[in-house]
Amino acid sequence: MDDAIVLKYEISPDDFTRAGEASSDVKGKLKQLGVSPEAVRKVAIAMYEGEINMVIHANGGEITVEITPVEIRMILADVGPGIPDVEKAMKAGYSTAPDEVRSLGFGAGMGLPNMKKYTDDMSIETKLGVGTTITMIVKM
Amino acid sequence: MDKFNHSVRLDPDLCKGCINCIKRCPTQAIRVRNGKAMINAKFCIDCGECIRVCAHHAKHATYDKMDVMKQYQYTVALPAPALYSQFNNLDDVNIVLNALRLMGFDDVFEVSAAAELVSEATREYLTHNEDNLPIISTACPSVVRLIRVRFPNLISHLLPLNPPVEVAAALAAKRAMKKTGLERKEIGVCFISPCPSKVTYAKSPLGTEKSQVDHVLAIKDVYPQLLSHMKGVGEEAADLVTSGKIGISWGRSGGEASGLFTDDYLAADGIENVIRVLEDLEDQKFTNLKFVELNACNGGCVGGVLTVENPYVAEVKLKRLRKYMPVARSHMDMEDNAEQLIPWTTGVQYEPVFSLGGNMMESFARLNQVERLCKKLPGLDCGSCGAPSCKALAEDIVRGQASENDCVYHLRENLHKLSEEVSVLADDLHEGNKGGQETLRILKEYIQRISDEMSLLDNQEEDE
Repeated sequence: MDDAIVLKYEISPDDFTRAGEASSDVKGKLKQLGVSPEAVRKVAIAMYEGEINMVIHANGGEITVEITPVEIRMILADVGPGIPDVEKAMKAGYSTAPDEVRSLGFGAGMGLPNMKKYTDDMSIETKLGVGTTITMIVKM
Repeated sequence: MDKFNHSVRLDPDLCKGCINCIKRCPTQAIRVRNGKAMINAKFCIDCGECIRVCAHHAKHATYDKMDVMKQYQYTVALPAPALYSQFNNLDDVNIVLNALRLMGFDDVFEVSAAAELVSEATREYLTHNEDNLPIISTACPSVVRLIRVRFPNLISHLLPLNPPVEVAAALAAKRAMKKTGLERKEIGVCFISPCPSKVTYAKSPLGTEKSQVDHVLAIKDVYPQLLSHMKGVGEEAADLVTSGKIGISWGRSGGEASGLFTDDYLAADGIENVIRVLEDLEDQKFTNLKFVELNACNGGCVGGVLTVENPYVAEVKLKRLRKYMPVARSHMDMEDNAEQLIPWTTGVQYEPVFSLGGNMMESFARLNQVERLCKKLPGLDCGSCGAPSCKALAEDIVRGQASENDCVYHLRENLHKLSEEVSVLADDLHEGNKGGQETLRILKEYIQRISDEMSLLDNQEEDE
């Protein structure tokens, strides 16, 4: 199929210097595809948030990005601890990030809220002790 | 003027076809084709990195020679603040300004004086645009060109004010016409520039329809003549200095931002660093920033490729020079209608030059092809094919500008395969299997293909 593009990224745990590599690569490819700047911006911001979350909370994981002429679908899957209270986590400012993460300027409690804000659709599947899969969609 | 007009050029006679420039170009604009480096005009942002890195001096900047002065009744020199940083033990800018007059210019107008007005206008702009922060500096034309082709989401954050050189040119022309009664075309406004990027700017500016800068001279050309005239400037020379600390500081990285009286700024210099900051800005990784100053050259304008002094030494000299200066000597209310000359008159449009195809469907197909090719190519980024990386070669291939056989590793693999098949055929023949004539014919065909591929390799070597 030449009208869909599937990209896969392994996200390594605890490596802040590499966090953002995947979203940066996707951003570059979207620009090469001629995707609208607004959609590129939304994907870049939402995916970077998600990528950082996977590094901080979930020992990394895998991101699959499916690009079609209609939409960009990002599936962020990890086998981390799971989110105990999704509703609470979705609230702006709620954070469980440890101090060393906050000292790096992360952990402001805006991760999930921002991911929702910058995407057209977002769903969270999570199970404690099993992992979390977040699917985000940005329309073209 | 063509919107992809450039001032960085190649001298094919000097080019050896090495890969130094293709590797260093921040926008991957250069390819070695037929043994010579070619610059893709759509990708090039005139940053001058290739000029810096070329050991054979095959890359150069086009700029005007000093005899352009002869075309005019009256000429005005616009010295860049970076010019002042080129001299040892200079403690008074007035010496440089008077020496410019001794050199033959009828008048001088300091770009740093206009810079003080732009600083003032920027402070004003920041207070009225707090919902669109951070604002990105537009003083470095290479940075504006980079944003235009690569960071469409940041275009709305560009400071929509003319760079100091433009404001200086407009004010200088106005002053000269008033003073002499001459027509605009009889007056030559010449900028003495640290970089080729400003040459491009003067020919095809972004943000304004037509630049008031008539000619751009290189600091390195003016420098030796200026030195000898500086010795002739006496104690009683006229006081021509019209700028202070704020204006002079624009010559180095962080100088423009320091004139905004805020701590909430970021200043990055060197094109690779600039790109990293722009990437992060696009992802909204920074908060609480009001202003972002970006300079393509290391150290800021003092690091331009048309300067003579080491940028870091130049920075020290600039700092020493400004030490006893007043904060500013030029103010908006001192110039007639200066505030009308400062804002941009046109916008900057996104130019999606890096799109793989002409439309989205074509781009999709091509991106998939690129992904498949990248898996096949060796991933060594050796540059032997003339492209800076395997990915760049893959992109060239899908755009129809290169072929897989440009990759020496790919070619070598093909040769291996062919020669293996030849040896199988030869074995068959040796064992006298049936159809000996047919095997011989195929064998001959294979040998022909091997020698064809070998000659491809020869061509590549000749090219290099």
